[in-house]
Amino acid sequence: MGMDIRLDGICHSYGDTDVLRDISLEIPTGQIVCLVGPSGCGKSTLLRLIGGLERPGSGRVLQLGAPPADSLNPLTFVFQDFALLPWRSVKGNISLVLEDHGIRGQRSKAIIDDVLKRTKLSDFADALPKQLSGGMKQRVAIARALAVNPAVMLMDEPLSALDAQTRELLMDDLVALWTRQPFTAVYVTHNLAEAVRLGHTIVVLSRRPGQIREIVRIDTPIGERRAGDPVCQTKHDLLWELMREEARAADEELIDG
Amino acid sequence: MAETEAANRPNDDKPIEVRFRGGGFAPRSLRWVGVAVFVVLIGLIQWGTQSGWISALTLPKPSDVLATFVQLWESGLLFKHLQPSLTRLVIGAALGASAGIATGVLIGLFSYVRAGLVPLVAAIFPIPKIALLPLFVIWFGIDEGSKYALIAFGTFTPTVVATYGAVDNVDRSLIRMGQSFGLSWSSIVRKIVLPGAMPGILSGLRISLAIAIILLVAAEMLGAEYGIGAYILEAGSLYDLERLFAGVVILSLLGVLVSALIGLLEKRLLGWRV
Repeated sequence: MGMDIRLDGICHSYGDTDVLRDISLEIPTGQIVCLVGPSGCGKSTLLRLIGGLERPGSGRVLQLGAPPADSLNPLTFVFQDFALLPWRSVKGNISLVLEDHGIRGQRSKAIIDDVLKRTKLSDFADALPKQLSGGMKQRVAIARALAVNPAVMLMDEPLSALDAQTRELLMDDLVALWTRQPFTAVYVTHNLAEAVRLGHTIVVLSRRPGQIREIVRIDTPIGERRAGDPVCQTKHDLLWELMREEARAADEELIDG
Repeated sequence: MAETEAANRPNDDKPIEVRFRGGGFAPRSLRWVGVAVFVVLIGLIQWGTQSGWISALTLPKPSDVLATFVQLWESGLLFKHLQPSLTRLVIGAALGASAGIATGVLIGLFSYVRAGLVPLVAAIFPIPKIALLPLFVIWFGIDEGSKYALIAFGTFTPTVVATYGAVDNVDRSLIRMGQSFGLSWSSIVRKIVLPGAMPGILSGLRISLAIAIILLVAAEMLGAEYGIGAYILEAGSLYDLERLFAGVVILSLLGVLVSALIGLLEKRLLGWRV
């Protein structure tokens, strides 16, 4: 029981610029797949294609198997800039995504209380986004995503706008969330430490046009990975070797060629 | 080591305090300054007119204007003039602003509406609406109809421009978020676009309503028995400066009142702003 995602020969371009070339990939249920690559390699574009916010130039994104019956929004995003409505309280931001499914009153309150508890936000239900720190805002966005019970979480650099300490704390929270109840996720990041910490599979994309360069698997269970763990460190170094040249070349490219 | 340190320091070993060069560019709320400017200005005019330095033909004595105003209040004439004026203002501005907000939102949401209406609005905007009053009299009658139409028409165009600008400025990432959670089109418009455009709409309304007051007076000058415009016109043609200024003061107060109302609305609706 679960829903896999299969990418089948995805190509995409903006005007004359090819961004993605022939991406084929499986995202299995219950695993976190990290997409890493130099900036501008089209990893966020790939995520939007998976989530149906953009149409691929060619190729297909396929859902294999039905999402759980109680999933309100099978493909759910967590954005880098949080995307919270500033005029709604924490509670209101979560109820926003439930209202359209006719969930109100007691049922809505039960879901909101549950996700706020899971993200340790219960005391902040009535706060406005402007009163919250970046890390708290992203936890609200994660709570909002959990509220619709997604089959696949699409996380677009969720920790990149946060400072290093907050990032560590939130990574721990994500690990705890996953160990308690494994979820499927595609996690886009340019931070290799995040990828090594959270990914079952790490997909390395080349610079633009993005192609799959390498798929790295880490078998250490997510809950047991520690900073400085030798296996993780080796994988980290391996990934950096793969990316170093790409990143340098991408950095020296002129925008709009 | 000692040498480089010496080079970095001023010659006489005294430390110099770093000069402060930040600050400013952050408006603070200083309400009493505005009041003080009024008091000083009026006091100056009072002193000038009393001492003869300003002739009676140039400006009336502020104390005489006040007396006229009190008399106007006591005779009940004030409300006789104010009541029709306020009715015209409220009805005309409500019609114009609501039609303007609706049109502005449609322009902001639909490319065809935008392509069709933006040039039209740009063509209508610079027309002095007062010039169209005779036309409105034919279309809507000499009575209240033409006055409502003039005020409504005058508030409509600036409201449209402010509203579609505000809709354009709504954070697109919030709209993408709404789509990514599968919200319906109408939910996105009601719950994301409209609240997001509210700051721009309200600041546009400030300008539109000031224009409404100007047009109110213009409409009343051209044909009304009662109304502040009629009162001012009558005073002007008799060169009765005290009454003229009493009328002008009423208009100013009306402007301040409208602005305060919008300020209150902003406080209620836009408390979420950083």
